[in-house]
Amino acid sequence: MASAVTTRNFKGGPGRQKNAWLLHLFLLLASVLFLFPLVWLISTSLKKVDQAMQMPPTWIPKPFEWHNYKDAFLYHADKVTGDIPFLDYLRNTVVLAILTVAGAVCSNALVAYAFARLKWKGRDVAFALTVATMMVPFPVTMVPIYALYKNLGWIGTFRPLWVGFWFGGAFNIFLLRQFFRTIPFELSEAAKIDGCTEFEIFRIVILPLAKPALSVVALFTFLGTWNDFLGPLIYLVDPKTFTLGLGLQAFQNQHGGTPWNLMMAATAMVIAPVIILFFFAQKQFIQGIAVTGLKG
Amino acid sequence: MKASRRETLTALLFVSPWAIGFTVFLLYPLLASVYYSFCNYSVLKPPVWVGLANYHNLIRDDVFQTSLKNTLVYAAMALPTGMAIAIGLAMMLNAKVRGQTLYRTIFYVPSLVPGVPLAVLWLWVFNGKQGIINAVLQPWFDGLSRLLLHLFHIHVVLNAPQWLSDAAWAKPALVLMSVWGAGNAMLIYLAGLQDVPQQLYEAADLDGASWFSKTWNVTLPMLSPVILFNGVMGIIGALQVFTIPYIMFPGGSPARSTYFYAMYLYDNAFLYLKMGYACAMGWIMFVITVVLTLIALKLSSRHVHYGGS
Repeated sequence: MASAVTTRNFKGGPGRQKNAWLLHLFLLLASVLFLFPLVWLISTSLKKVDQAMQMPPTWIPKPFEWHNYKDAFLYHADKVTGDIPFLDYLRNTVVLAILTVAGAVCSNALVAYAFARLKWKGRDVAFALTVATMMVPFPVTMVPIYALYKNLGWIGTFRPLWVGFWFGGAFNIFLLRQFFRTIPFELSEAAKIDGCTEFEIFRIVILPLAKPALSVVALFTFLGTWNDFLGPLIYLVDPKTFTLGLGLQAFQNQHGGTPWNLMMAATAMVIAPVIILFFFAQKQFIQGIAVTGLKG
Repeated sequence: MKASRRETLTALLFVSPWAIGFTVFLLYPLLASVYYSFCNYSVLKPPVWVGLANYHNLIRDDVFQTSLKNTLVYAAMALPTGMAIAIGLAMMLNAKVRGQTLYRTIFYVPSLVPGVPLAVLWLWVFNGKQGIINAVLQPWFDGLSRLLLHLFHIHVVLNAPQWLSDAAWAKPALVLMSVWGAGNAMLIYLAGLQDVPQQLYEAADLDGASWFSKTWNVTLPMLSPVILFNGVMGIIGALQVFTIPYIMFPGGSPARSTYFYAMYLYDNAFLYLKMGYACAMGWIMFVITVVLTLIALKLSSRHVHYGGS
């Protein structure tokens, strides 16, 4: 499925070529509709505030206010202490992303290895159970997990937002297990004859070959952390510990007074890394989507 | 094949992170939340058993009913619309058009925009006074007003929808936003379309089938497993819609028209500290999710066409 999207170039479905211009007209129209919010975002982010509020609106900023991005970044910065809230949010989010990505890659690789390449009693039942847990919506378990962290005294710290990632997750286990199974078993056998332990086979034979799948796990874990709102909203208390999502919401919330041009510059800065990442890692994105589409 | 004890022990070691994770972050919370749902629980004091009281109150709770209804109405609006657009785009891209890669990227990229920036961006796009959508729409409404005046001497002032403050337009606004993110589903449909055997179309061509007939009799049946899957995932997802309305429509404003299930659950848990009540809502959500999934599995064995089987 993954390769289908990227490489295969089919002649097409019903009614191809006959009305090519009509097709292009539709696609162009759709493109305009899909692009205008992003164009409007960038346009507003580069305007002076009075041009941003001007009616009827204009699309081209006059002049281009590039420093809006710097101003948005430094918004609410404390001149005395030199503290920059946006920088705090960014640092917090990046620290969390590193912790969650590392945790998800390490733990899920180990667990998926057991499901894919080891024989043990109850394996298939346990795997079916694991897949079934993907159905459990977070709001169902939200309260007891919150109570648990509360009792541990972890509310207001980062721990509730990353510790769980070090203990595996059904979707990533599923994704990696499917991939691990495609690696020829002869490689494991050969390594075993050479005297490798199971963990050495995992580390020396399987992990290097599984890099494409591991990068998909890393990518989607990163995106999950970058995009998460509900988690930080529940667990974080002190604005100094806020993530970008929470910070951006506070930025919007605090005052109807935040000028829209700076709001849009801040918004663009939160979106940009995701889109840039997409252009660098298109293959992993497509693979992730293909697995989501298949998991049912 | 029998696994040796040694092998089993090694496997247990590998699987142990998940054994802990499953127990601590799934099994225990699931059981605890059943228990809490029968309790008065504020997280600050130990839970007190109240039997079925939470469930009894839920049935009589108007806000609960409103939030459930809002969620279902939203799902009923957003899912078919999003599906039609996603399939439509996928079919257009599946035809051999020049610039396919570029179009695909254009349609997909908006679906990458994370929840919070998405909400903030659309607050600006939908803005009643300076929003770009109404800046484009308002002249058309003005023109229509003038037309009515000239032709029929009817004095009306027609205005573009107040997306953020009119209870009738808040949900459609959210639907519009969800359609903007249809690119992800589009890629799944596109992959499904590319798996349709080409011979089926060739055979239909020989029979002189029209475009419409080929779409109805070949394309859609071949896509049905993906459609079903996306549909079920969509309803389950709708039950959990939270971030975007929470940011754009505080408290489900206007007139609670955007107060969704997950928002009321969140408010019960963390605003009113009625954690037991929230757990009861969580369990109702869980039951709905499981029932829907089972229905989908049942339906799929009867009505859904799976190629090759």
